[in-house]
Amino acid sequence: MKVLVAVKRVVDYNVKIRVKSDKSGVDLNNVKFSMNPFDEIAVEEAVRLKEQGQASEVVVVSLGSASCQETLRTALAMGADRAILVQSDAELQPLAVAKLLHAVAEREQPQLIILGKQAIDDDCNQTGQMLAQLGNWSQGTFASKLAFDGDSLQVTREVDGGLETVQLGLPAVVTSDLRLNEPRYASLPNIMKAKKKPLEVVEAHNLGVDIAPRLSTLKVEEPPVRQGGIKVGSVAELMAKLQNDAKVI
Amino acid sequence: MQNRLIFDQDHELFRDQVRKFVQKEVAPHVEHWRKQGRVDREIFRKAGDQGLLLMWADERYGGSGLTDLRYEQILYEEVIRYGDIGVFFTLHSRIVAPYLQRFGTDAQREQYLPGCVRGETILAVAMTEPDAGSDLAGMRARAEDRGDHWLLNGSKLYISNGLNADLVVVAARTQPENKYGIGLFLVEADWPGVSRTPLEKMGLDAQDTVILFFDNVRIPKANILGDATKGFAYLAEGLAEERLLGACQSLAHAQVAFDLTLEYVMSRKAFGKPIGTFQNSRFKLADLRSQLDCQQTWVDQLVLQMNAGTLSAEAAAAAKLLTSELEGRVMDECVQLHGSAGYMDEYRISRMYRDARISRIFAGTSEIMKEIIGRSLGLDDRKLK
Repeated sequence: MKVLVAVKRVVDYNVKIRVKSDKSGVDLNNVKFSMNPFDEIAVEEAVRLKEQGQASEVVVVSLGSASCQETLRTALAMGADRAILVQSDAELQPLAVAKLLHAVAEREQPQLIILGKQAIDDDCNQTGQMLAQLGNWSQGTFASKLAFDGDSLQVTREVDGGLETVQLGLPAVVTSDLRLNEPRYASLPNIMKAKKKPLEVVEAHNLGVDIAPRLSTLKVEEPPVRQGGIKVGSVAELMAKLQNDAKVI
Repeated sequence: MQNRLIFDQDHELFRDQVRKFVQKEVAPHVEHWRKQGRVDREIFRKAGDQGLLLMWADERYGGSGLTDLRYEQILYEEVIRYGDIGVFFTLHSRIVAPYLQRFGTDAQREQYLPGCVRGETILAVAMTEPDAGSDLAGMRARAEDRGDHWLLNGSKLYISNGLNADLVVVAARTQPENKYGIGLFLVEADWPGVSRTPLEKMGLDAQDTVILFFDNVRIPKANILGDATKGFAYLAEGLAEERLLGACQSLAHAQVAFDLTLEYVMSRKAFGKPIGTFQNSRFKLADLRSQLDCQQTWVDQLVLQMNAGTLSAEAAAAAKLLTSELEGRVMDECVQLHGSAGYMDEYRISRMYRDARISRIFAGTSEIMKEIIGRSLGLDDRKLK
């Protein structure tokens, strides 16, 4: 079974991001980038499937500028077998990414595609779902556990009310939640081996897909600074404040 | 911090992975290790599993064959930033183990290096004695040739990794009449006659520094390292690298202190404002920042020189001298900027201040560094009359 894993290069979660003064986005100059943490979990899961003998090959794919190669190298050091970069310097929105991944999947024919449930930069949480629709594949989002049952896949999903287990036919798209696993750190020998693993670069425009943006960003703002709390003297006063000042009840 | 120009993508990938390792496997234990006066042996094995020990070792011993010192520098920086300065992987990997590689026989390497790479055999080196520090010619530990074995007697002081060590490279006099007649011996710590006592120190609380005693220790003939009379020259060979690693350590430590303090002055308020808004804090930190950037750029270049095999003894001495002096100054200023909090052990800066004091002393004192640099200028009292 071949597993395809999509990884995104995002601003490192430790970076305190700053909004640009013209409110067009966040400042990306001189900030550290790394693999989207949910995608790290996706890579880890695929590598574990291979170690358990469930998967025969793990292919990682990233989409974006040439610097995404660094992110792919990290995935290779973690244990993926080969990498594909779909190169484009254009802005890639979830639908465009889903279409490009679909084109890659058509070519690679994986039985399982694992993605992070969302990326920590734009928090869209759309790509996996769109991809499943485009390929007409089954989907298991927010996975906290995967288990193979013959030719089908049981996915435990973290939903608001608790845990839901669904049974999927293959091929399937799975998006990883935080508790699916704890990703490993790559050892030095594996980092060295990763240098020798194949990394193929495909130009996005050669995949014959319309990647034009459908959404436009109006403005990006800092979240409001949290105000200090107040003490109230009685329940009645609390109710009045909630009703009249906060207007939440 | 100024952008550093000596690292490429591979180094950055390595740094990311090492950082995760240190955050997960070292950081949670630091407080405990500092209290118990030693790191758990287990951490060496875990580092070995990740390929972080003796990275330079040949693949047949389990190493990665990676001599590039930048990897060791990165490991050291991450261990200091996210773990503790008392975790002495570098002493094990880059200071002691190379004696085996350089002067050992194939059989000795086969016997010991794989365990060192895996972190199962922890290494220490024993040179200093109660009456012989920088003046190694005053060494009194003695190894007598008894035909089928060497008989070792004496004591060694300030031995790092001492409690955890399984194998110690011990320098001992082999020719009583020749003041430079010294041999290096591979002594296993559990042999009869070897005993060790931990020393209480000002800082480096997690580091297991000991005094070692050798009482009629029988050393098999196979455990002499190289020529039994050339130990003095052997010891001198690794000193430039050891001092450059000391410089890397001092700067890494000082950079962390700076960052902690910058954060502190931004959040700590006095007279209704963050203390970082006062001109004194601003000027002090600006001064330290500039000094740190300047020295880091220089030391990074020396790391490249080490890789190229062109690092001179005096350049390494200069780096150790200035970086350890700067480290001391940074710690002192940073404690001051922390105010009373900086004197409290629960603040890391207080512990770092204590940890830093040894940097101007070990691996050759600042005064010895000045001697080395001065003599390289031709100002040598032994030659200039």
